[in-house]
Amino acid sequence: MTKSITRTGLTRRSVLRGATALGAAALILPAGMRAASAEPKKGGILRIGMGSGSTSDSLDPGSWADAYTQVFATSRHNYLTEIDADGALQPEIAESWEASADAATWTFKIRQGVTFHSGKALDAEDVIASINHHRGEDSTSAAKPIVEGITEIKADGSHTVVVTLESGNADFPFIMSDYHLAILPAKDGAIDPASTDGCGAYVLDSFEPGVEARLTRNPNYWKTDRAHFDGIELLPIVDGAARQNALISGQVDVIDRVDLNTVHLLKRAANINVLSVTGSQHYVFPMDSRAAPFSDNNVRMAIKHAVDREELVEKILNGYGTVGNDHPISTANRFHAGDALEQRTYDADKAKWYLKQAGMDSLDIELSVSDAAFGGAVDAGVLMSEKSAAAGINLTVKREPADGYWSNIWMKKPFAASYWGGRPTEDWMFSTAYKSGANWNESFWENARFDQLLAAARSELDNDKRREMYVEMQGLVRDEGSTIIPMFANYVMAHSTAVVTPEKVAPNWTMDGFRVAERWWFA
Amino acid sequence: MAHVWRMIAQRLALGFLTLFVVSLLIFGATELLPGDFAEAILGQSATPETIAAIRRDLGLDLPFHTRYIGWLSNVLQGDFGKSLANQQPVIELISKRLGNTLFLALYAAAMAVPLALILGILAALFRNTVFDRMSNALALTSISFPEFFVAYILILWFAQTGYFPSIVRFSPGIGFGESLYRSFLPALTLTLVVTAHMMRMTRAALINLLASPYIEMARLKGMSPMRVILRHALPNALAPIINVVALNLAYLITGVVVVEVVFVYPGLGQLMVDSVSRRDIPVVQAVALIFASAYVLLNLTADVLSTLSNPRLMHRR
Amino acid sequence: MSILISIFWFAVAVVGAMALGWLFRAFVVAVSPQRQAQEMRTAPLTASFGLLVILIYVLVAALAPIIAPFGESEVVGGEFLPWDSTYLLGTDNLGRDMLTRMIYGARNTVGIAFTITALAFFVGTVLGLLAAVVGGWLDQVLSRSVDVLMAIPSLIFSLLLLTIFGTSVLSLVLVIATVDATRVFRLARSVAQGIVVMDYIEAARLRGEGKWWLITREILPNAMAPLVAEFGLRFCFVFLAISGLSFLGLGIQPPTADWGGMVRDNATLITFGDLTPFLPAGAIALLTVAVNFVVDWQLHKSSGLKE
Repeated sequence: MTKSITRTGLTRRSVLRGATALGAAALILPAGMRAASAEPKKGGILRIGMGSGSTSDSLDPGSWADAYTQVFATSRHNYLTEIDADGALQPEIAESWEASADAATWTFKIRQGVTFHSGKALDAEDVIASINHHRGEDSTSAAKPIVEGITEIKADGSHTVVVTLESGNADFPFIMSDYHLAILPAKDGAIDPASTDGCGAYVLDSFEPGVEARLTRNPNYWKTDRAHFDGIELLPIVDGAARQNALISGQVDVIDRVDLNTVHLLKRAANINVLSVTGSQHYVFPMDSRAAPFSDNNVRMAIKHAVDREELVEKILNGYGTVGNDHPISTANRFHAGDALEQRTYDADKAKWYLKQAGMDSLDIELSVSDAAFGGAVDAGVLMSEKSAAAGINLTVKREPADGYWSNIWMKKPFAASYWGGRPTEDWMFSTAYKSGANWNESFWENARFDQLLAAARSELDNDKRREMYVEMQGLVRDEGSTIIPMFANYVMAHSTAVVTPEKVAPNWTMDGFRVAERWWFA
Repeated sequence: MAHVWRMIAQRLALGFLTLFVVSLLIFGATELLPGDFAEAILGQSATPETIAAIRRDLGLDLPFHTRYIGWLSNVLQGDFGKSLANQQPVIELISKRLGNTLFLALYAAAMAVPLALILGILAALFRNTVFDRMSNALALTSISFPEFFVAYILILWFAQTGYFPSIVRFSPGIGFGESLYRSFLPALTLTLVVTAHMMRMTRAALINLLASPYIEMARLKGMSPMRVILRHALPNALAPIINVVALNLAYLITGVVVVEVVFVYPGLGQLMVDSVSRRDIPVVQAVALIFASAYVLLNLTADVLSTLSNPRLMHRR
Repeated sequence: MSILISIFWFAVAVVGAMALGWLFRAFVVAVSPQRQAQEMRTAPLTASFGLLVILIYVLVAALAPIIAPFGESEVVGGEFLPWDSTYLLGTDNLGRDMLTRMIYGARNTVGIAFTITALAFFVGTVLGLLAAVVGGWLDQVLSRSVDVLMAIPSLIFSLLLLTIFGTSVLSLVLVIATVDATRVFRLARSVAQGIVVMDYIEAARLRGEGKWWLITREILPNAMAPLVAEFGLRFCFVFLAISGLSFLGLGIQPPTADWGGMVRDNATLITFGDLTPFLPAGAIALLTVAVNFVVDWQLHKSSGLKE
């Protein structure tokens, strides 16, 4: 690659202009640039055991929510853009893109010669219909808030799409890589959400929700260096032990969400590799900042200091993760504060001191948890309860039913467990869950300075200034925010040694950024 | 015989009433569950506008009674509707899984019922011997382990060693023998789970009769103990045994969701739990009706068989 | 070879258990007054072993805070420490002492299971007997309601109710007791129906005895045997129901130790041949076997068989 776009080296200019300078050359090289010795081989059927997937899964892109549907979708569909293993943006269906000076109008050039599985040639109409599926008054899509900033989207010729935004957003092409925004064929200006047709690496043979999906390689796939398997079988195996056993007994080749309690035992098994990727996935405990006692920042700081992060990573993640510093930006992000912010540690005395500041000697609070929030949430609550007792905080753990957790507990109870898969950009993460009044601002935290910085950073040109602003925002969330972010959890997968992975596996989502079917191969 | 027919007719009518009440109860309970389909399907990604849009689309914003009556009138016309989640016709979703569930239930029953009867009869015959105590203790141990735990142990012994598959996959076009082989472990798990109950009831029912005067008489006439049990005690002990067998068969059809989860067996239980958690009411209702009908029919069969097996009940009045 | 060794140890365990049973029987016979001693002397070894186990469980449950080396939810060290002299049974996935959890588990699990079973039997038996004695519309209403409840699979039923009412211990007890009471009701009713047509009941009715007298003095004693047998199994099914619910994330609230939940939490270890989950599972199994050995003894006594 003549001009490598890396995590640190990604400039605003390169995002703005996309891959125009790279042209076709960028496409020949696979994302993770491997040693020549590991030349991918074609062939074989990859059987994937996923820890999610249910009988109610649907083909509608607006409904995709768990890793099963996401990997399934990414195997058969393409997107405008793709995030590579280094976290950098790569062109996919959009060959290149360009922004207006205020970053409010974006022009995407659509790749020529791409066809859907049905044989239909892909053009700008398909792209527009696919994105419009998530927009508008009647949209039922989970991705609606993501595309809400779009005021107009129209074709300029058969292979150019012009998107107008409410306000400038330098990271807009990143958003176009979101897993919901798959490109489907348009008919009369709309896509059929029940259609199985796509332009991705694999063609769907059969899909029985909650049982299995079978796909075979798309013989006309435009990426010649990707999609090495002859076919894919995706099995939902929700029970952790069943998933591991299926791998051990050779009934599947890859599994995700390895049970962390027994991962050390799985490692000993012959012919199995455990793959752990440090990503942006983090586990959080938002406190309702509008409700007493959490409305007092001293109380929030007391609780934050009463959490033993090392112990949580050690016991809940079995070491497969890193401690969090009460802000949601991961080391995989471009503008992670790093050493600029001191790591917060367990300190019962400091916690007591903050309680005193709030005028309290002791504090009684209830934490709502469920393993629906994240695996091990209940145990994490128990550990937090044990450790915070020394600081005079009586934390009662309440296990809530997993069923209905997100609609009934999350953002309804004042103090609850939650998780975030993470977002590829700081702006996306912050404006999703920390901006005042954002839909998913789970702690209902409002901070004028933070909002101001967020808006400014979004259209800031200078990378150093941008970094400065994002670091200040991380500090604000850490010291004034209303969310405890004690740990970043690795994506832990396991595969048989017959499967070869690229040298670098993408950290943005599980299963190599959902692209396991496209990027991996059999030895 | 006439009153048996009358009983069947009466019980079937009551059965329909039961089904109706069950459908109302389940509909109501699903309504009371926190959140509806729109909230459940969007989960963490829900926003007020998208929730409202989904409700509008699917008519979830209509009042409870309107939706229930609408559902009921459609069902009475034979239309079970479409799944809210993926728009597939409910009948289509269910038919294949119903087949799988019945297959597994019959498979397990075919192993468990003879085993339980034989063990129960032998235990009654050799009551209070080492054999009796050991078979009892083993059967009790096997039911006091939770199902998933029994399943994991069987997986450790039989699947990791490569004898049997640990997850059940019915590929298209596999033969009957292959199906039996692939679903052996779940069937064995269920066998271990239900055998003890039936075996102990058989043993208890038989022992209960052994003190009766007519058994004493048969014994005094010098009949062999085995013959006494098979010819004289067993026919009179059939009613409770048939009842407990029916109860366990109903369990095998309706209660095996945990085993389905562990062995990834595509049965109705998993469909029911998934649909409850997504508040997919048409599917929940249809599966609940199937479960309830299975229970009603098995119960009825058990009562008819008990009546037929008992001359006193047959020739009443 | 390994099979032979397992059989050997199994035999040792059985012989040991019987020896314990024999010792316990001799002890009880020696210390108790004439009548109980007489009764106990006829008890088979299995039954006296069962009694001994139940007694130990009750003691452990009652004295849990005194015997347990650590606090119920106290984190004492790293996770999954091996068995040693400090942590006799090692530690669990959060670094809590396993022995302590087992001891408190006895208290919580046995306590809850006993409460549920007792409640279910009280409600189920009273309603079942009433239905049989009164008959008519009461019988119809009760029987049809029970039919409806039983037609809903119990796991789904509990899942719905617990999600609606939350998973406090109280609602757990009430929900499982409701489910179990329907089963008890059916049994009690069918047994009692066989009894109410007997001549001695007719005679008592003619004497003008009240319904309550009929139920407690005439019917209940004669219906005891099948009810006791059912009690033994129902007691065990309650443990299973709790652990099945914890499989769906609806069990007893943390950090309360309960055996069903402990089996669930450690169950995956068994697929790697690690025996940790056998501790709570074995504790449940041992209690089940013990209770049913005693039940068998009582059944045998009430059957009137001499040998």
